[in-house]
Amino acid sequence: MTVKTFQLETLTCPSCAGKIEAAVKRLEGIDDVSVLFTSSRVKVSFDESQTDQRQIQKTIEALGFDVLSVK
Amino acid sequence: MLKLEKGQRVVISGLLIVFSSALKYLNLYPIVRDILLILSAVIAGYPIFLNAYRALKFRILGIEALVTLAVTGAIIIGEFFEAAAVTFLFMLGSYLEAKTLEKTRSSIKELLDLAPDSAKVIRDGIEVEVLPDEVKKGETVVIRPGEKIPIDGIVIEGSAFVNQAPITGEPIPLEKTDGDEVFSGTIIESGFLMVRANKVGEDTTFSRILHLVEEAQDKKAKTQKFLEIFARYYTPSIMALAAIVFLITFDIRLALTLLVIACPGALVISTPVSIVAGIGNGAKHGVLIKGGEIIEKLGTVSVVAFDKTGTLTVGRPKVVKLKGFNTTEDELLRIAAAAEKYSEHPLAKAILEKANTKFFDLPTPKNSTLIPGQGVRAEVEEKEILIGNRKLMAENNLEISIEIEEYLKSEESEGKTAVIVGSNQKILGTISIADELREDAVLVVRELKQMGIKKVVMLTGDNKNAAAYIAKKLDLDEFYAELLPEDKVSILQNLQQQYGRVAMVGDGVNDAPALALSDLGVAMGGVGTDVAMETADVVLMKAELKKLLYALDLSRKTVKNMKQNIYFAIFVVLVLLVGVLAKVVFLSSGMLIHELSVILVILNAIRLLGFKSKF
Repeated sequence: MTVKTFQLETLTCPSCAGKIEAAVKRLEGIDDVSVLFTSSRVKVSFDESQTDQRQIQKTIEALGFDVLSVK
Repeated sequence: MLKLEKGQRVVISGLLIVFSSALKYLNLYPIVRDILLILSAVIAGYPIFLNAYRALKFRILGIEALVTLAVTGAIIIGEFFEAAAVTFLFMLGSYLEAKTLEKTRSSIKELLDLAPDSAKVIRDGIEVEVLPDEVKKGETVVIRPGEKIPIDGIVIEGSAFVNQAPITGEPIPLEKTDGDEVFSGTIIESGFLMVRANKVGEDTTFSRILHLVEEAQDKKAKTQKFLEIFARYYTPSIMALAAIVFLITFDIRLALTLLVIACPGALVISTPVSIVAGIGNGAKHGVLIKGGEIIEKLGTVSVVAFDKTGTLTVGRPKVVKLKGFNTTEDELLRIAAAAEKYSEHPLAKAILEKANTKFFDLPTPKNSTLIPGQGVRAEVEEKEILIGNRKLMAENNLEISIEIEEYLKSEESEGKTAVIVGSNQKILGTISIADELREDAVLVVRELKQMGIKKVVMLTGDNKNAAAYIAKKLDLDEFYAELLPEDKVSILQNLQQQYGRVAMVGDGVNDAPALALSDLGVAMGGVGTDVAMETADVVLMKAELKKLLYALDLSRKTVKNMKQNIYFAIFVVLVLLVGVLAKVVFLSSGMLIHELSVILVILNAIRLLGFKSKF
């Protein structure tokens, strides 16, 4: 299981958090997603054989949130 | 049109509504009026539609989708003003929410701004400026007045007054010289330091605090989890209600209005905003509370249990009384200190510390030997000196008179350790050593009781005499002495069953297990002790008991703030629901009340940032 933290641009609405969580969770091979609203981060743990960091980043960006960095 | 900023959209759509209303007032151009309103709805609504569409692609129905549906419906039935007003208010609301939310997070930003941004390191004998992260462990860093210390380390040269407020919340600068520990993020007010780097980059205390605070602010409170579940069911229920209402009454306005109020925004945000502000306030005052759940727990504590050594007491034994029986007190101290000169025992250290304040130069002892469980034997100025307990004296045939024995007993009943000094078949005198109570211990215990804490107790591994003495002096409700670490945990569990929530306060070094296992662990003087920072639920950065009162006070205020927000939000949900069903509230007024309530909730939380406890 790989864990990555995506730093997004500042999140301003609490309902955004729910959207990101739901969308990322629907990807294959995702174990856990938590959106850290206050620090504007998304922490994802996933199975690298089924999905990758790029896929997750693309999903977040498709919802309209810029990913600033990944750790 | 695509490139407009949020703020610009709000202004333009607002102006269009004003123009249109002005024309209506003047009774001019009805068609232009409608076009202006539709334009306003499109300009303000574009980002809403876009976000709705993006989410729908992932089969997620967000608030944007509901608003889009409502606005489209309003345009279809010819309610152009309502459509424009709803989009305008939604955008204005989210713009203001973003601004005010930023304020609740400002404490973290302020902390981030305190991070050092450069370091001056000595490399090959030359001073070079680098980024703080680039300093390597063991390198020497130079810091001048007004500059921030970029690393954690030990002073090797110079002396300075250092303001440690960024870490401990303590505004009075401390003097630091050779051998003292200094921390990243603190500021030199005057003086000059050369510091050997021990911890750099992410390992510094400052970085860790920042990291912990960030994590804490995102840890959800129990109430928050509950409210999120509520919202998850509330929204679809209202949508279903809208559909049913429409099918039964064919009242499309009513159905659309229900969509607008389907998201209980104020309710969802009520708890997290209070918690973010509360934790932020704590971080600025040297109190680190690790998350919303901890704040809720801390706000409802009924028992406070203290560890003794290092928590209620300073944790460093001191000589409190000298008594000479066959010699003067000064001579007693001089001889004893000389005999103990090379001893590492805490009691010996206390004696030496005291002697160093009086004598410049102590004789060197010969043949000094440690006798385990008894004391020390050494030769000082050709005389044999014995320092230790009764057993040591008895084994060496030194008789303790009734007078001395009585004196020893009375000292011991006050929780002191009385060390006996003997020489040449005579008792020279006794030295009483005790661990001093913290200055604010009495005040803190009294205030805790005043705050309505049911029981204030002490747990200690120390002997009954010492414990009883302190318990009486502090007016504690109960004390438990001679405990092993595992006893502490079971006593905490008992207290919890009897009285409710228990907070265990310790220094985090000696009692890390008890802190970790207790209901709520509070570590004092967290700076520099990593274990304490990791295991405790609440970390008081400075070794000052008063900070506990601050933490309790702040938590209670935060819980209160949270409750105000929740009750208000529930009230708004009910008012909206009843208002809509009674046909008093329509699209735009529904949106107005919704957005206003969200902003009021945030503003209420912001009040917490300015909270200052009297402690």
